[in-house]
Amino acid sequence: MFSTVASRLSALARSTGSALACVVVLVAIFASAPAHALVEIDVTQGNVEPLPIAIPDFSGPGGDAEVAKDVSAVISADLRRSGLFRPLDPASFIEQNVNVGTPPQFGSWRPIGAQALVVGSVTRQGDGRLRAEFRLWDVFAGEQMLGQQFFTTPDNWRRLAHIIADAVYERLTGEKGYFDTRIVFVSESGPKDQRVKRLAIMDQDGANVRYLTRGDSLVLTPRFSPTRQEVTYMAYSDEAPRVYLLNIETGQREVVGNFPGMTFAPRFSPDGQKVVMSLQQGGNSNIYVMDLRSRRTTRLTNSPAIDTSPSYAPDGSRVVFESDRGGSQQLYVMNADGSGAERISFGPGRYSTPVWSPRGDLIAFTKMHQGRFMIGVMRPDGQGERILTEGYHNEGPAWSPNGRVLVFFRDTPGASGGPQLWTVDLTGYNEQRVPTEGFASDPAWSPSLD
Amino acid sequence: MMQMGMVARGFRFAAIVATVLTLAACAQTKTDGLTGNATPGSGQDFVVNVGDRVFFSEDQSTLSAQARSTLDKQAQWLNKYSRYTVTIEGHADERGTRQYNIALGARRANAVRDYLVAKGISDSRLRTISYGKERPVAVCNDESCWTQNRRAVTVLNNAGS
Repeated sequence: MFSTVASRLSALARSTGSALACVVVLVAIFASAPAHALVEIDVTQGNVEPLPIAIPDFSGPGGDAEVAKDVSAVISADLRRSGLFRPLDPASFIEQNVNVGTPPQFGSWRPIGAQALVVGSVTRQGDGRLRAEFRLWDVFAGEQMLGQQFFTTPDNWRRLAHIIADAVYERLTGEKGYFDTRIVFVSESGPKDQRVKRLAIMDQDGANVRYLTRGDSLVLTPRFSPTRQEVTYMAYSDEAPRVYLLNIETGQREVVGNFPGMTFAPRFSPDGQKVVMSLQQGGNSNIYVMDLRSRRTTRLTNSPAIDTSPSYAPDGSRVVFESDRGGSQQLYVMNADGSGAERISFGPGRYSTPVWSPRGDLIAFTKMHQGRFMIGVMRPDGQGERILTEGYHNEGPAWSPNGRVLVFFRDTPGASGGPQLWTVDLTGYNEQRVPTEGFASDPAWSPSLD
Repeated sequence: MMQMGMVARGFRFAAIVATVLTLAACAQTKTDGLTGNATPGSGQDFVVNVGDRVFFSEDQSTLSAQARSTLDKQAQWLNKYSRYTVTIEGHADERGTRQYNIALGARRANAVRDYLVAKGISDSRLRTISYGKERPVAVCNDESCWTQNRRAVTVLNNAGS
């Protein structure tokens, strides 16, 4: 069966200098049917009917059975959380011991309603690495849609699962997956009036948490570099609170720029070469950008107002930000050189924390109205506003790299209350909590790791 | 790359002082009018007999008549005890977004700074910092707490000396 390999990809060895480095090498793609999506995505209506998919436990010989089972469980959890798939109860499966090397008995999968079937195995190689194979079957057409095999070190088994989930997601929806990604956030502990805040990073499903700072200084609003293993964030560890850059592999950090006052609300440009942020000047805050190579800073706004939360369009040509120059917090879009600022938010309430979708088609924001805090999206021209979630306090949306899902924090009131991380997709129908050990806020999604 | 150790130690010292003053303020609230016997010119004297903080309306940084009255007393005291430098901390309640509240806290701290300068305190004795909504003093979820958190606190930097 594996001799019918249609194309052999050159090994996609990842850069070896990276801690993420990888380990996961895609070796081959087996013959697959012409591309067609089984899942149609409608962002306004919601997928009322998630695609029923069967994911039997991956098989593994002897001692590998457990990790094989774990891999398929993570794939299943990823797909379920997306809201686009409904993994079927294994108790309903008729065909047992389905084998990755032989076509399944489609007739025994159709009656249980499975439209797609993922079959796989994980085995340990002589060199200690894991070898994972999987096939994605279109049950009704009786055709293979995808077949791939990967090698990785055993400690990297979760990434293996996320990469397979991404492949299945992409093949069935026609859109890039976002499971092999990470989230940087602020981990919070201690009482509400004496919170200790630490930068932390984890897989998008909450696994593999690693702390990046010790908690001896207040840290806020981390953002991923789109191109390097770096985050930019605000910290209170100097005379004035400032924006920093932190290399998440080496731990090396530096102040961004040599500004006379407090800098805050940083974010990278799409090419990773600039950091745009606010600089406090007396009672006002204006937006500046610093080129990380030349270290040159440029002022983008000059108003007697609070201008903050800048975020670039994915092509780098424009910047959305919030300003109270008109009397209350509203969203504005300007050219990347600071010219031509125009207000885009006009609904009732205050608008804050705008962030441009990596697809370019939408801007997500926090909206405050009548004591309610909402997460919503609008088009860059301000049209088509939709509220995706609302409640006592929802704040600070950040996009998944495929522009389908927003991660944000939801705070609960009172002395014992605290923030936790949630995701909502563009339909607004699929809210999921991202599990964290304690309170967590200020999430930002990494780009795809590959 | 940076001399973090030195700077961080200095900052921690400031934080400890601020904590002591806050506790002193709390104690005074409970025994209002009974502790007028703080040593004149001491940090306790400033907190108890002058008042170390002013409060703001929601999303505002304008100084109320009551705030101006407190700041008049602060200016008088600081003019008299010129050995002190101060840090003015600006704060916001939790009912705003993080970045905006950092800017709003800065605006409040600057409103206090500008007022004290107008009342004759040298700019060189005054430093401002904003904590946004990161350092509430009251943690309930209604207006009674939020009004206490929308504040600017004048912290004496060398009260221990």
